[in-house]
Amino acid sequence: MISNPSIPFATNPALPELDEDQLLHVSLGPQHPSTHGVFRMNVVLDGETVVSLKPVFGYLHRNHEKIAEGVTYLSSMPFTDRLDYICPLTNNWAYAHAVEKLAGIEVPERAEYMRVITAELTRLINHTAFVGFFLGDMGAWGSALMYAFREREKILDLFEDLTGARMMSNFMRFGGCRNDLPEGWAAKASTLVNEFPRFLDELENLIIGNELLIGRTQNVGAVSKEALINGGITGPMLRAAGVAYDIRKVEPYGIYDRFQFRVPLGSTGDCYDRMMIRFLELRESLAILRQALDQLPEGQYVNPKSKIRNFKPPVGEAYARIEGPKGELGFYLVSDGSTNPFRYRVRPPSFINLTLLEDMCLGLDLADVVIILGSVDIVLGEVDR
Amino acid sequence: MTPDLPDILTRVRAALPAATLAQLRNPGPSAQDSLLVAPDSLVSVCQFLRDAPELAFDFLSNVTGVDWPVPAKADAVAIPAEGTPPAACGFLEVVYHLYSTSRRVGPLVLRARTLDREAQVFLPSLVPVYRSAEFQEREIFDLFGVIFTGHPDLRRILMWDEFMDHPMRKDYVAPDDYQYEPTPHDAVLEKAKQHYPAKSEI
Repeated sequence: MISNPSIPFATNPALPELDEDQLLHVSLGPQHPSTHGVFRMNVVLDGETVVSLKPVFGYLHRNHEKIAEGVTYLSSMPFTDRLDYICPLTNNWAYAHAVEKLAGIEVPERAEYMRVITAELTRLINHTAFVGFFLGDMGAWGSALMYAFREREKILDLFEDLTGARMMSNFMRFGGCRNDLPEGWAAKASTLVNEFPRFLDELENLIIGNELLIGRTQNVGAVSKEALINGGITGPMLRAAGVAYDIRKVEPYGIYDRFQFRVPLGSTGDCYDRMMIRFLELRESLAILRQALDQLPEGQYVNPKSKIRNFKPPVGEAYARIEGPKGELGFYLVSDGSTNPFRYRVRPPSFINLTLLEDMCLGLDLADVVIILGSVDIVLGEVDR
Repeated sequence: MTPDLPDILTRVRAALPAATLAQLRNPGPSAQDSLLVAPDSLVSVCQFLRDAPELAFDFLSNVTGVDWPVPAKADAVAIPAEGTPPAACGFLEVVYHLYSTSRRVGPLVLRARTLDREAQVFLPSLVPVYRSAEFQEREIFDLFGVIFTGHPDLRRILMWDEFMDHPMRKDYVAPDDYQYEPTPHDAVLEKAKQHYPAKSEI
């Protein structure tokens, strides 16, 4: 465990002097099934023990930010779906939130509720899929993921009703959403929300008490609170270590200050805590969803004053962030008064959460590396952009 | 909660008399004003912002670069105080967004600027103060070409190691043959003709 943030770099005191001839250099990835996509790690091993680990990115790099500078503000909206393709709706929201801040656009109340509902449904998708992938990383490939994907498909059906696409939703607009909720959608969503806890009970019963899972995840990959904050780690990873930092509470964007929900906190920050945080956050998301669906007002789904054609935000810059399912998802925009952003930057939580990957893995076995990587919860579409 | 910039300025100036920094005004509706910090005092200012208990900006959320080939454009987005002479040539800028997790304050926007865009593209690395800058500074080095002195592992991160240019710069020209296409698009072929000599007829 690294406790002193003033020593920013990983050192492994357990292995003071190593014989270079005895070290094994392994290139883990980019097509290893448990690396969550095209992601590579250059691992140096002393026997089974990790001595050094350098992540290699960029296999999926398409310079999203440069492309966005060449098109209008709204044209980037469908492209944000492709960043973290598990949760397109939170990406949409983060981008719309930043542009609204940049241009000073008000969002009608109904649109805010629709955003909260879709974002929390997205969180349900992300966290259930996380549990499935995480068990896959541990060798329980298939069963847990299929359970998770069965439920995910029900939510994706709702999204298809609402946005026309299962995953590439392109739903948010500056000042609201693209279309209103279809007739009967809220009732269907309520049914799903009411049935979801039963699935969660089932999944938790199957997973969290399992001796093998506990043996492989507890006391694996823990890093101190201070080092996590210093390393820019956000989201469930940070809260698993006991830091109460949820942007929905700290800096309530949208209408999150109207809902009653708790921020689950872990104690040690190991891989087990990281998994349990996701389970507990699922319950809190369900609580938010129930309140939002109950309170859902009538009204406009988009601000009629927000322009679509020839949309030119005033000169200035804005940084806005939301609590994405993977961590702090921020957008930094610079406007020079034209129809295209002068600078468009995504603050990708997956990318920055990998900063401490080496620190978490040093001194552990190679088999633990895959679990730790799984517990970070990355999506390569967002890491490489 | 947005930070109180004049208060932060007085505190930093009291603690670090040698530090050079100025407040820049943001004309947009977001009203996120920023502090322009001279490169040589950047590390000490950030160290102070992190360690002073009444400020406690312990979380560097976002680090990003901006390419300003025309300095007047930068002055329009982040307006300096009256009477500040404009920069002589274009520059690369690095923007930092800091938060305080304990005081729940942010974002504190810091900016640092290189002297020009060609030779003097050096800025001090913030990795010794904020570890979260490690990959983000590598990304800025890769895409913008800012060289961070003191960075422990400054390599390309998204582009491949043999790549020569910095694609996020405003004057970057994408190559014609970026992708092998068995039947290239007409537009790509037309563009390629401007750069490559005509193929000899066989």
